[in-house]
Amino acid sequence: MNAMAAYHRKALLLGLALLLASAALLLLGASVGSTGFESVLRMGQDAMAWQIVSEIRLPRTVGAWLAGALLGLAGAVAQGLFRNPLADPYLLGSASGATLGVATAMALFGVSPLATHWLVRIGFTGAAFVGAVVAVLLTLLLAKGVQHTLRLLLAGVIVGVVLGAFSSLTLLLNPDILQAMQSFMLGSTAFVGWSAAGVMAAALALCLLAGWLLSPVLDGLALGEATATSLGLRLPQMRAALIAVLALATGTAVAQTGLIAFVGLAAPHLVRSVVKTTHGRLILLSSLLGAVLLTAADLLARWLVAPQELPVGVLTAVLGGSYLLWLMHRATAHEGGGR
Amino acid sequence: MNAALQGQGIAVRFGATEVLHDVSVALPRGRWTSIVGPNGAGKSTLLKALAGLLPHAGSVQLLGRPLADWPARERARQLAWLGQNEHGADDLTAYDVAMLGRLPHQPWLSPPGADDHAAVERALRATQAWDWRARPLGQLSGGERQRVLLARALAVQAEVLLMDEPLANLDPPHQVDWLLLVRELVKNGKTVVSVLHELSLALQADELVVMAAGRVVHHGACGEAATHRALERVFDGRIHIQQVAGQWLSLPKL
Repeated sequence: MNAMAAYHRKALLLGLALLLASAALLLLGASVGSTGFESVLRMGQDAMAWQIVSEIRLPRTVGAWLAGALLGLAGAVAQGLFRNPLADPYLLGSASGATLGVATAMALFGVSPLATHWLVRIGFTGAAFVGAVVAVLLTLLLAKGVQHTLRLLLAGVIVGVVLGAFSSLTLLLNPDILQAMQSFMLGSTAFVGWSAAGVMAAALALCLLAGWLLSPVLDGLALGEATATSLGLRLPQMRAALIAVLALATGTAVAQTGLIAFVGLAAPHLVRSVVKTTHGRLILLSSLLGAVLLTAADLLARWLVAPQELPVGVLTAVLGGSYLLWLMHRATAHEGGGR
Repeated sequence: MNAALQGQGIAVRFGATEVLHDVSVALPRGRWTSIVGPNGAGKSTLLKALAGLLPHAGSVQLLGRPLADWPARERARQLAWLGQNEHGADDLTAYDVAMLGRLPHQPWLSPPGADDHAAVERALRATQAWDWRARPLGQLSGGERQRVLLARALAVQAEVLLMDEPLANLDPPHQVDWLLLVRELVKNGKTVVSVLHELSLALQADELVVMAAGRVVHHGACGEAATHRALERVFDGRIHIQQVAGQWLSLPKL
């Protein structure tokens, strides 16, 4: 079994490397800010320094890590579930659905999307979950299934644009929280507190567990519906459970950090470029890689135009959009078509 | 007759078009049956309907029990399926793909046991795919990939194996290996049903189901003259069946 042992070792090494990178980025995240590394050094003696690190830098860095992990997981589940390498929470419209869910909850209850009370965070997460589920179902309905990459992407874009328009309309009708909602919709970790991080940690644990348990379905589906059915897998129920995982992961991330594009697309691709593995491991590794990507992007967003900062969603949109273009160009060059 | 699979009045529609019309067929246990016929005859559709993978009118019985009455996993342990041109799973290794065949045997949440690993090794060795077990499916040639997919179906260790064009992409030596493998399975009491385009290979089976235009026009032993006449008829008399060196072959009528 030497050949198989080498193959398992590669996945394990990647996992360890990502954990190590996560630890380094979390440390860096706690150190980057207007007061620099000094706050970390003085936090033992200085109450203000302690507050800066523990109440601002750490929760947002941990929040970025958790949101990235949720989006990476959602991407791996979406790509396996729809047998489509370009499936991503953002491109499937589910992120826009989640945003509309938050916007609707905000309009109905008059609460700012940046509120930090944990009950509000859970409420927004629930609304985002419902929005994400509705968006995925709409995309599937419009695409008439999952077989055609181009149709699925087009349907996802259409659903995303339409739901985004509804979110904007909701905003216009509530001018008092327009500014807060706008920064939220651009995608930012600046407002993530410990309550939001707690909600994301709970959702991540749940989604990782459910994703791992359902991963044999994704492996079976990789050979097509007929083969998966012949293996005794109950596809309708398991598909519904996987859509719920996808929507919960996307909805939770979006409810806390707004629209952050392409992390879900890039993470599974990057994992697969290093190691070919089963969906159980792919979900875990994509989650870790998504976490590393978003934490790194968040640091970059804080550093690029310091002392100002960029919304991290803008940065991932620019970087991820270029990556998507490159992927599509490569797929066309290899296959000579868009399927 | 002790039938492994029995279809009664099977009809399949794709939209407004009926592609299988009231097909009844009984496939005997412990035998190899090949389904043959011209393009569009409904061979693959019939096979899918018999496997319970396609909505259809009529009924199918697996090992004497209605297919719909079998719990999904139990049915999956009794009936293995190898589809035509199964694509995807490019990122799974050959070993992982073969291990999928063990899913119906593994309790949910349980990792593969020693039995599963042994069955997968046996199946990969039987199809001569063991040597590249750690290679991703996407990096294999068409023929190599087909042998891994065949191993996946074998790893199920089902009583009944349904295979749609299992010889696609296989070179002649590996086609012969496949024939020997099927004969071995049948010798061990398994039932094999295959859809084959290569008539000379299909004629190596025990029985032939000859189809045309969505109907079964003949079902008989491969060596029977009536079977050969039915074959020649559905191919518009453009072939003739002839015995060469003790084997029935389909030759083009030029």
